[in-house]
Amino acid sequence: MKLRLIIALVLAFMLFGSTISAQDQVVLNVLAMDQAGMTPEDMGEIADRFEAANPGVQVELQFVLYDGLYDTIVTSVSSNPPAFDIILVDDIWYAAFADAGWVLDVSDRITPEMRDGIFEAAWDITTVNEVVYGLPFLLDQKYFYYNTTLLAEAGFDAPPRTWEQVADMSRAIQANGVEYPMIWSWAQVEAVIPDFVTLLYGNGGRFLDEDNMPAFNDATGVATLQWMVDQVNEGLINPASITSAEEDVRNVFSAGNAAFAINWLYMYNLAQDPTESQVAGEIGISLMPVFESALEAGIESSTNNGSMGFAVTAGSQKQDAAWNFLSYLTSEEIQIEFSALQLPTWETAFDDPALLEANPVTVPMFAEQFPWSHVRPKVPYYPEASRILQLAIQEALTGARSPQEALDDAAAQIIEVAQDYQ
Amino acid sequence: MNAGASQSRTSGLAFGERRLAFWLILPALVLTIGLIFVPLVTTIVYSFYDANLARLNRADFILFEHYQSFLRDAAFWNSIARTSYFTFVSVGIELVLGIAIALLIEQKRKLFGWRFLRVAILIPWAVPTIVTGAMWRWIYAADYGALNGLLLQLGVIDRYVPWLVDPMRAMNLVILADVWHSVPFVVLLISAALVSLPEDLYEAAGIDGASGWQRFIHITLPLLRPAILVVLVIRSVEAFRVFDLIYIMTRGGPVNGTMVISYLTYQKTFSDLKVGEGSALSFLVSAFTLFLAFVYVRLLYSKND
Repeated sequence: MKLRLIIALVLAFMLFGSTISAQDQVVLNVLAMDQAGMTPEDMGEIADRFEAANPGVQVELQFVLYDGLYDTIVTSVSSNPPAFDIILVDDIWYAAFADAGWVLDVSDRITPEMRDGIFEAAWDITTVNEVVYGLPFLLDQKYFYYNTTLLAEAGFDAPPRTWEQVADMSRAIQANGVEYPMIWSWAQVEAVIPDFVTLLYGNGGRFLDEDNMPAFNDATGVATLQWMVDQVNEGLINPASITSAEEDVRNVFSAGNAAFAINWLYMYNLAQDPTESQVAGEIGISLMPVFESALEAGIESSTNNGSMGFAVTAGSQKQDAAWNFLSYLTSEEIQIEFSALQLPTWETAFDDPALLEANPVTVPMFAEQFPWSHVRPKVPYYPEASRILQLAIQEALTGARSPQEALDDAAAQIIEVAQDYQ
Repeated sequence: MNAGASQSRTSGLAFGERRLAFWLILPALVLTIGLIFVPLVTTIVYSFYDANLARLNRADFILFEHYQSFLRDAAFWNSIARTSYFTFVSVGIELVLGIAIALLIEQKRKLFGWRFLRVAILIPWAVPTIVTGAMWRWIYAADYGALNGLLLQLGVIDRYVPWLVDPMRAMNLVILADVWHSVPFVVLLISAALVSLPEDLYEAAGIDGASGWQRFIHITLPLLRPAILVVLVIRSVEAFRVFDLIYIMTRGGPVNGTMVISYLTYQKTFSDLKVGEGSALSFLVSAFTLFLAFVYVRLLYSKND
């Protein structure tokens, strides 16, 4: 009898114990990223301050790498209530998550100060069909990097403005003894799409047309991919680009083996760090080049916007507390204070002299580049469309198919996928 | 509970104990059903639906349509062909190398350092597959990899080679990584079997003047058959489901060159969120692995008995 009583008590405790102890506290479960941008230590510090100012609220931060973020969200968000109250969402996932009903519509919660103070382009990240699903957090885009020493040795004192100049300078730099002057992230992963978007818009092209149907296979798109293929075939681009993602680009560039590279903002600080790089102090960063014809047409630059924002899960039972924490985390003061590894989402913050003083190179570069930043398509089937295009680009780069054939086939497949979502 | 309890009281207690036993087993039973039976059935059910993880409430019942469309899909068969290539080549090499190394180790028992050798050979197997993948990815790296460094110093190549750029070569290099990782497992099983082989057969063969090779072909190999069967089944099923090496080393690229069936299933399910298609693929993979195991058992037992 006693035994049964004990078992019953233990079971009862296991079932209800956790609820009893947590009743007087609101626990916010936050899924964040430990890669680029704020470090977990920064986030922990911000959470501590929020807890101190809001007794009764406890913030539980969990960090994953970018590669694991999507999988973690899609496998945890359908439970009721979801495992996380707050999730970090990449801009290319917002459309799918909104379509699935996983993220909360926060349009009515946004204050006028937020609406006016945060960059207009930053709102594009978290907005799908004019409904806002989150607060912009990490603003990033692809930047053009060059090795000042390798350029100077080949007789160049200014960075290139057009991709044609990049190719010409690469030939000179190659003649000077650099085996492959360019390195790109063109592996069969998401990393190739931002590079393609950068080149495509820099050639006056576009990814989708007004009806969200593929436009990347028009004459401009084919010419863009043809340029990529030509540079590989001529040997100006490191052949390892076909298996490289961003970190491989950083490794090659930081070893001094490439004169030109494009990458996210994080590479700047790491390439300038002598413990991480053999070319510290030789890093140049400049406005992303475009093709000559586009420059003549007034397109001065073009890059890919790769930003992220925090969203509240639609099934969360602590939506108000979650929103309060997010407002604090993305507030102007916090964003300025923790600006070493990620620049503020607030346009007004860029008027603050302290921000420029702390980041003398990246802040002006960001402001110059950001108006030319393009987001990838906001369609719910983006991940699948991306995979189709990744394969097409690989087929063209390896010569398995012509750029026209590969892109036409990809466009046809994407139209088929899109039909499932009508 | 004292020894003088009456008959009826004992049986009553036994009944109570049986009831208690039921309650004690219940959690494990619930776990087993919950963790094995329910997901299995759910997966079968999902495979009959045009289900998307993000739109589960809008799923249409389509019965076998996923299966039919996969069986007609060139991408599916290409992936099966690549997976089969990976399986047969890697398991084949592992088996030959594994038997050779096991024989060598067992022959040289009296050699100095034999114990150390036997333990050392197991180290690659103890390394987690994810770590193995990351390590080989670094070895093959075009600009800073150890393989390029080594071959350049030996004068085999005169410039760095981007090893993983060619689809077929990428597949073969992933196989090499798998062989490095899995040979120790084969060595372990085969050496265990070698130890139990009867000495007198070898003595008799020696008296009859059989050469080493003849002894291997006519005595060792037939007696090793059960162990080889076990190795083949375990390793083939594992190799057919290879995922972590691909995930770390190539992500299915370049040009789908290493797009094995498990990675395709993962992409369909967790990237495209098409749980219906993903479930159907999982069952097709299970069918293929079952078929493999069946063929091995038939091949190896029919000859013997």
